[in-house]
Amino acid sequence: MTLARAVVGFLAVSVALVLQVSLFPHVAWQGVVPNLVLLVVVAAALTRGAQFALVLGFVAGVLLDLAPPADHLAGRWALALVVVAYLAARVRQDVRPSTAAVLATVAASSFVGTSLFALSGLVLRDPVISVGELLEVVAVAVLWDLLLTPFVLPPTMRLFERLGRTGAPV
Amino acid sequence: MAERPDREKRWRGLEERSRPRRSTLVALLLASATLMTLDQQAGESSPIEPVRAAVGAAFGPVETITSAAVRPFTAVPTWFRSKDGLRRDITDLESENAALREQVASSGYDRNRLAEFEGLTRAAADLGRSMVPARVVAHGSAQSFSRTVTIDAGSDAGLRPDMTVVNNDGLVGRVLRVTSRTATVLLLLDAESVVGGRIGESMEVGFLRGRGILGQEGRLDLELLDDAVVPAQGDTVVSWGSDGAGPYVPGVLVGRVTDVFASVREQAQRAVIEPFVDFSALDVVGVIVPGDTASDRALIQADGGIG
Repeated sequence: MTLARAVVGFLAVSVALVLQVSLFPHVAWQGVVPNLVLLVVVAAALTRGAQFALVLGFVAGVLLDLAPPADHLAGRWALALVVVAYLAARVRQDVRPSTAAVLATVAASSFVGTSLFALSGLVLRDPVISVGELLEVVAVAVLWDLLLTPFVLPPTMRLFERLGRTGAPV
Repeated sequence: MAERPDREKRWRGLEERSRPRRSTLVALLLASATLMTLDQQAGESSPIEPVRAAVGAAFGPVETITSAAVRPFTAVPTWFRSKDGLRRDITDLESENAALREQVASSGYDRNRLAEFEGLTRAAADLGRSMVPARVVAHGSAQSFSRTVTIDAGSDAGLRPDMTVVNNDGLVGRVLRVTSRTATVLLLLDAESVVGGRIGESMEVGFLRGRGILGQEGRLDLELLDDAVVPAQGDTVVSWGSDGAGPYVPGVLVGRVTDVFASVREQAQRAVIEPFVDFSALDVVGVIVPGDTASDRALIQADGGIG
């Protein structure tokens, strides 16, 4: 069961990654695309609990760091998404989270994730960029992620929930 | 732990429902930090590079397929936009055709002279440049703060890092790394991209830096070595470099000077360059390769032929 869960999680992240780099650049606004990988990690954190979400976040981050158009130090998105998974998992309760709670979680996660990535860049001097531009990009990214939430989160959460129902006792 | 299975089980169940094992969080955070350190310390020979290449080899083809599936839909707006352009092209081509017909009519004499020149052009063609054609299949997003794209040609097509990438408008960037089927290209507009530039009119040289902004406002900053030279608006800038050593080959069109201002503090002239290439609509590009490159696809030869 855990193997199946891991495989489905990996597949969801891969599909999100491919769509993010190949489909969404065509509709990008100021070069910023919705961070589908982050949305998948948040969905996992909201339904499957922290342990699974943390590992999925790490794997997804490493993929984002290594898959072709990426050109930054490996591990930066991994760090950001692990923290995102940890934060989003704190929201999870035994009842299904309300719409408002999900939206707030996505907004917070997107903000924290993109900011962490950018800050790690500032600390490591990876790309040279000013704080003003950085905030602008973060704002657009949060907006994008919120826009895509109604389309991505419900199906992904249902997918992860179904995995849980046949698996470990709740 | 094995002696007290029931207690162990309950402990874990409780943990899993309420919050994650702290050890997992710490382990994963440390793993991320380790990755960063490994990648930063070792630079080009970093142990991450082979992994990067492997992930690239796995995801590159998928990106190519997705991009191919998406292309017909994203191309729809361009059909409408390009109709006027096509009409203009037709008029241009018709007049060009007429001129060529005229030339053909008077070609008897020219043909004899051509036979003499042909020996010279064949030698010159070897000094020219050959290209591997490729398409852009994926874009790095602005959240990553670097301007890179993936193209669907790799080491199988004869590509290596540090090759110059151009399209029909001018200089696009350079190849950063290759996998067997794909390559990552650093665009000229990336904030870390530095290219030698030469003003076509005065032959003065300087350095072009990207601003990290794509799209309509995408500009390059040119800093000239000689602070006494003031470039004029509208001057054309071409690349300078070397055929053997540098990543950029010389003489490729880069852009046009749109703005000039003197920077008092650094006692230098700075110019703002508008690139000829439309970076937000990149599709077909060519990677400049040596003429004798072994490739799994047809090369565009220096004389314009295919083979």
